[in-house]
Parts: sequence; C-alpha cells; structure tokens
Amino acid sequence: MGKKETLIKKVSVAVRHPLSAGKRLTKRLLKKPGRAAVVLFSLCTGLSLSHAGIAAEALVAVASNFTAPAKDLAAMFEKDTGHKITLSFGSSGKMLAQIVNGAPYDVFMSADQAKPEKLEHDGLAVKGTRFTYALGTLALWTADSGSSAEAILRNDQYQHIAIANPRLAPYGVAAEQVLEHLDLTGSSQPRRVMGENITQTWQFIASGNAEIGFVALSQVMKDGSITSGNAWIIPPEYYQPVKQDAVLLKRAVQNDAATAWLAYLQSENAAVILQRYGYGNFPVTP
Amino acid sequence: MHLSDSDLSAIWLTLKLATLVTLILLVVATPIALWLSRSQSRFTGVVSAVVALPLVLPPSVLGFYLLIAMGPNGPLGQFTQSLGLGTLPFTFTGLVVASVIYSLPFVVQPIQNALTALGKRPGEVAATLGAGPIDSFFHVTLPLAKPGFLTAAVLGFTHTVGEFGVVLMIGGNIPDQTRVISVQIYDHVEALNYGQAHTLSGLMVAFAFIVLLALYGLRRRNKQGGGSWL
Repeated sequence: MGKKETLIKKVSVAVRHPLSAGKRLTKRLLKKPGRAAVVLFSLCTGLSLSHAGIAAEALVAVASNFTAPAKDLAAMFEKDTGHKITLSFGSSGKMLAQIVNGAPYDVFMSADQAKPEKLEHDGLAVKGTRFTYALGTLALWTADSGSSAEAILRNDQYQHIAIANPRLAPYGVAAEQVLEHLDLTGSSQPRRVMGENITQTWQFIASGNAEIGFVALSQVMKDGSITSGNAWIIPPEYYQPVKQDAVLLKRAVQNDAATAWLAYLQSENAAVILQRYGYGNFPVTP
Repeated sequence: MHLSDSDLSAIWLTLKLATLVTLILLVVATPIALWLSRSQSRFTGVVSAVVALPLVLPPSVLGFYLLIAMGPNGPLGQFTQSLGLGTLPFTFTGLVVASVIYSLPFVVQPIQNALTALGKRPGEVAATLGAGPIDSFFHVTLPLAKPGFLTAAVLGFTHTVGEFGVVLMIGGNIPDQTRVISVQIYDHVEALNYGQAHTLSGLMVAFAFIVLLALYGLRRRNKQGGGSWL
C-alpha cells in the first residue's frame, strides 16, 4: 500500500519533470517489469484523456478594429464552454497573406467580406462556414470633447482629416463614400492623411495631429456611450455597410473549440457585446 | 517591369529625402563626432548613449513618440507652433527631422571612429606649422578621415532610404509629401498587389547592393594601397 503510493508520487513527479526523475524511475521499473506495464498504461490513458477531451483550443486571427469586443467575447466564451481561445490581432491583409503561407490559425475574422471569400474560393477555408459576424459603424471623431466633430467638418475648420487607407481598409472606403455623399471629396483631398489601418487613423486623431477623422464607432465607444472626445455617428444611408465576415479555416475542420467559437459569435450573448461596442445598425445615444 | 506614377513619385521623394537628410547629418554629426573623439569630459558617455539610442529603439516606437512630441500638444509641436511653423507630422519637413534623428548614429559613429583612429597628432603637427583650428580641420583632419566620412554618408543615405516604421507613424501616407518607397511597397503588399511590390522591392535591393558594393570595393582598393580616392 505504502509502496504503491510512493510509486504513484514518483510517476507524477516524472510526468512533471521528465528529465530529472526519469532516470531513477526507469531504473526501478526495469527491476519489476510487471509494474512497468501498469505505469505505462496509466500514463497513456492520462495523456489520451486530455487529448480527446472536452476542452479544445483554437487560435483566432482577428481584424484589429474588433480587438476590444473580441477580448470580451473570448473571456465569456472560455467561461461558458471551457474551451480555450487565443486571439491574434492585425490587419486583414497581413493575416490573409499569413494564412495563404501556412499560418496556424483556426478561424479568420476579417474586416471585410472579400478576404474570407477569397480563402473559401482558394480552398483554404471550409465551404459554407462563412458568415457576417459584425456590421461596422462609421463615426467622425475628434479628440476635443468641447467641440462637435460634425460642425468641424461641415464648417471646414480643420487642417487635417484622417481616414484609413481606402486601398487597404473597408472603413476607409466607407469614409470616402461619406465625403462623396456630403460633396466634400474635393475640398478635403489636400488635407487628407491616411492611416494604414483604422487603429493608426485613431492614433492620428487621438494625438491631436488631425483635428477630425473617420474611425470605427467601436474604437470610441464602450458600454453604449462615447468614451472620449466627440463623435458623429454617420447615418447608415451615407455609405455601404461595412460587413465583416468570419470563416473556419481548413486545418480546423475537426477543432471543436473553433466551431463552437463561430457558433458563439452568432449567439445572443455576442449580440449584446457587439451592441455595447457600437456594431450593427441600431439607434445609439452619443 | 511596370512602374506606376505613384511608384515613380515615391522613388523620387525617397531619393530627395535621403539626399537632404545625409547632407544635414554630415553637418550635424561632424562636430558631435569630433567632440566625442577628442573630449576628456565625463559626459562623453552620456552623449554617446543618447546618439546610439535610435539603434536600439524599434522604429515604430520612435515614430509613435515623435508623433506625440511633434503633435499640437507635444513639446516639439508647441515649439514649432510658437515659431509660426505649424506642426511637423504629415509634412516632408517632419520626415526630414525624424530621419535625421533616426539615422544619426549611422553617421556619427563611422566619423567618430575615423577621427579616433587618426588621433590628435596630425592636428598638433599642423598647429606647430601655424595652421589655425579651422584651417587644420579642413586641410588636414578632413582629408585624412575621408574614408570614415564616405562610410558615414553612404550608411546615412541607405539607412534613410530603408526607413519605414518612423515614416509610417508620422507620415500619413500623402503622395509627393510623405509616401516614400518603403510605405508604397507596404501598401502594395497589404492590398495584395504582390507583383508591384516585387518590382519595387527588387529595385530597392539592386540599388542598395550596388551602392554598398561600390563602397566596400573602394575600401578594399584603398586598403591595398590603391592610393587616394575620391
């Protein structure tokens, strides 16, 4: 009885510190081959239990505009399901290039529809798993809370207006459409500065270098209200909706955590978080 | 090989930036290097460390703090505004200032090494022959330390051509103003126009290789006693 307990203890030590304890244990086990078989068996079952398991892991590539809600969602998801989600943030273009070149992502949450579509078309994503997980809302924002972003734009009181590069970011395309709609394309052109993504665009405005600029509402909103400065939530009829699609990647066909995550994104819980961060077309009080 | 108008404008802008920055740096770095190589002051260590800082800081970090410092609420920004110059981010002048800071160690260090290797003796000999300090610098020190100055100029130039993180942070991607080659390549890659990215990158590699090859070729010839060059 006592002997058995010490053996179990040593096995557990060996599992935790295979190099240090391994030698002594092997020596002992070699003397008693019967016991060795038992130990090996229990080791194997232990390992397979953790593998076939209830809890799985997934690595998710997320467009940077969705950083804050994704973190909240992942924390809730892990608590609710026991699965583990690791988030990786960046621009959709860079992530697409990484996926094409073999990056180990299980799910891709893009800032647009075109890139997940392309992956599906090229056979790198699982057909039929693509869906729109968020509808981006555009806001004109100034870091100065004492003024109105809309008035600054309409009264032409700015030296620089920041937008995301329309070649790279869907929010940049939407910003151009808004300027076009307001008939301000020409007058804003020489004063336009471009961020390579929506995060950098926010930085230009937050640092005061651009008086106003177009950002994702999610960047300046938390719990349903504007966190700092002043924002004009652009009426949805001024631009084409920014549809952000997610897709399951080929390597994750068998990954329970990845499929559960995609389902979770479409749940009621997710809808609540999305609203708090200003995604979707619904009335918001600034 | 096809280069668009915006590619050509980025190339031209980059060459303009690098040339201007190199010229400014040669003027700024020479007195610093001279002081560092001659002075007995205990502050030389501090100054050397400050000069070398841009080597250690990630360019995007440096660029981010320049964006804040040069912005309307930053100390540099308030200074330039009080002079009636406005703020520096999103302007060509801003890129020049940032690049001078960013490439400073690449110009100071080769000149400093050359001057240290030269020692005080040539200057002292010139003084005994009646040369003033300025005369002696331009007619004795400078010609003798020429290889160091050439290395410094080439490194400063090529390093500025290759600059990316700082420009991305403070540039704002404005055509003919702040959109340099590296930013243009990055745009092509991000927009999945790999073909155009390959063309521009290939040109950049070829250019850098030729310049560096010329530099090291000259150095080799000089070492073998090929006589004075330049």
